[in-house]
Amino acid sequence: MGINLKVKIGKLQLNNPVMVASGTFGYAEEFKDFIDLKKLGAIVTKTITLKPRMGNPPPRTCETPAGLLNSIGLENPGIDKFIQEKLPFLRKIGVPLIVSIASEGDSEEFVSLARRLDKIPEVSAIELNISCPNIKSNQKPETSNQSYKLISQDPNSTYEVVKAVRGVTKKALITKLSPNVTDITEIAQAAEAAGTDAVALINTLMGMSIEVKAGRPKIAMGTAGLSGPAIRPVAVRMVWEVYKKVKIPIIGMGGIMDTSSALEFFIAGSSAIAVGTANFINPRTTIEIISGLEKYLARNKIKDIKELIGSLKI
Amino acid sequence: MPKIKSKVKSQKSKVISNRNIKDNYFEIIIEAPEIAKSAQPGQFVNIKVSDGIEPLLRRPLSIHRISYQPPAISRQQRIKNSIVLLYEAVGKGTEILSQRRPGEFLDVIGPSGNGFNIDRRPLTVDYRPILIAGGMGTAPLVFLAEKLREVKSKKAPAKAGSRQILSNGREKGKMLVLIGARTRKDILCEEEFKNLGCEVKISTDDGSRGFKGYVSDLLAKELSAFSYQPSAIYACGPKLLLKEISRISCERNIPAQLSLESHMACGIGVCMGCVIKVKSKNAKGKTDDKYSRVCKEGPVFVANQILWE
Repeated sequence: MGINLKVKIGKLQLNNPVMVASGTFGYAEEFKDFIDLKKLGAIVTKTITLKPRMGNPPPRTCETPAGLLNSIGLENPGIDKFIQEKLPFLRKIGVPLIVSIASEGDSEEFVSLARRLDKIPEVSAIELNISCPNIKSNQKPETSNQSYKLISQDPNSTYEVVKAVRGVTKKALITKLSPNVTDITEIAQAAEAAGTDAVALINTLMGMSIEVKAGRPKIAMGTAGLSGPAIRPVAVRMVWEVYKKVKIPIIGMGGIMDTSSALEFFIAGSSAIAVGTANFINPRTTIEIISGLEKYLARNKIKDIKELIGSLKI
Repeated sequence: MPKIKSKVKSQKSKVISNRNIKDNYFEIIIEAPEIAKSAQPGQFVNIKVSDGIEPLLRRPLSIHRISYQPPAISRQQRIKNSIVLLYEAVGKGTEILSQRRPGEFLDVIGPSGNGFNIDRRPLTVDYRPILIAGGMGTAPLVFLAEKLREVKSKKAPAKAGSRQILSNGREKGKMLVLIGARTRKDILCEEEFKNLGCEVKISTDDGSRGFKGYVSDLLAKELSAFSYQPSAIYACGPKLLLKEISRISCERNIPAQLSLESHMACGIGVCMGCVIKVKSKNAKGKTDDKYSRVCKEGPVFVANQILWE
């Protein structure tokens, strides 16, 4: 029997619901020796900013129990070099290309980036990274005594940025949310109200690890973003909460290592999933999950992956 | 460093042996014909030491030796086309690795990174490289010494008694290897280097053997006694040691290649986690600082390119 893995994210049609998480796949070229890139549901680039960013000082990563802390600081060549040097390879792959963007300042930068990308036909969608915990400039000064906040930690800021970008592009728009909030559903709803086509969750959880002997943090910047299987239960819970509150599709991610962990996200309400940290460990994870999903559906006589989405029995 | 265009492979590779050579030091031999065929000294492999999520990440280990034999010979041999890795069981990952038994399979990615740029000029007494090993940094230098010797001996010098005379009439020189270790128990590969015809000098932090102090101090001492300029320095070891070697080599204008150790998350150039700061020229020809990936542009860097923090 024919198994249907096709899903839609806004106007974006994916052949299968398996994508990669921004920042864990570079600009795809590094993976061409390991997998057939054409088999992916979509490719999400490492986040691009208007100007090149050097990134944070090392050490930038450290391993934790079933997890990984990182504070890369959005090192990227900037949009000009991205278009010149990275896009030529990406545009030839032939799967939907999602470009992740972030701002070093205000929503103006998101708008400028989106305008540039809007003109490139091979860019299928734009992902708004309003949730990177590792750059100061991605944060907005608070009016109160609190010093800094991520855009995605505030529903009003989220609404403003999404609305502003929505105004300049007809491409599918994905908003990536931070788990470092009291109630993620408020933020998801703000993004939905502002016109995002989908929400992607979760970005990394803020964490810290200490080198006991030296009494210093293991990451140069002190705090960092935690990813990997350690955060999966948090991510699944958040997907389920958001699923109950929004009508737009959810791209679920957070510690997906294999087919079984991917299935958790579909059942909780994700229309698509993204593999992140697992790409570092097994570069073939995405491909293995795609065939794993097919086998699972066939074995359980499910014709369409969409039957699974939000099928949680509770 | 020159871009080595060998395709990086991911494969299940069989453990042939995993031997405790002394204390916490182990030598593992893994059957990996594709890697063995193309690996260059200074390159590394990235190993998943267990199937589960603890530890989560792969462990990068530099290639200690290869035993690559052409297929015609290997058909009769059980041990064939393998890579040899030397490691110290010091953390969760290497401890698990030390427990893996022959016949088991490991997921190995490699050969990764850019290795040493090998000087192809023949050795003479007043023209020879120095290899400097600090701690586990000894591992890749054995592979390098083998390769250097192989390259040199292809330009076969004529034998004259016990001394080898090169075609240019000069006496063949020996590679000088300086091995630095914490104590005399931690000295690695002394015999291997000697068997390769190298002159070996030792330093220990506690003075239990050889020169007392760091191997960079031993280098400074050796250089001041030299009547000639060494052709090149190749070094591998902890960052602080390499920083000091870099300072010495830049001061004396000796070209030095340093193989860096770094924590890596992916080892394939995507996570941007393992970076070091280097000098680079921008489009306008101006020098710009930037971060460079140890796993991709490295692990071997030219000393005067690195901006030490």
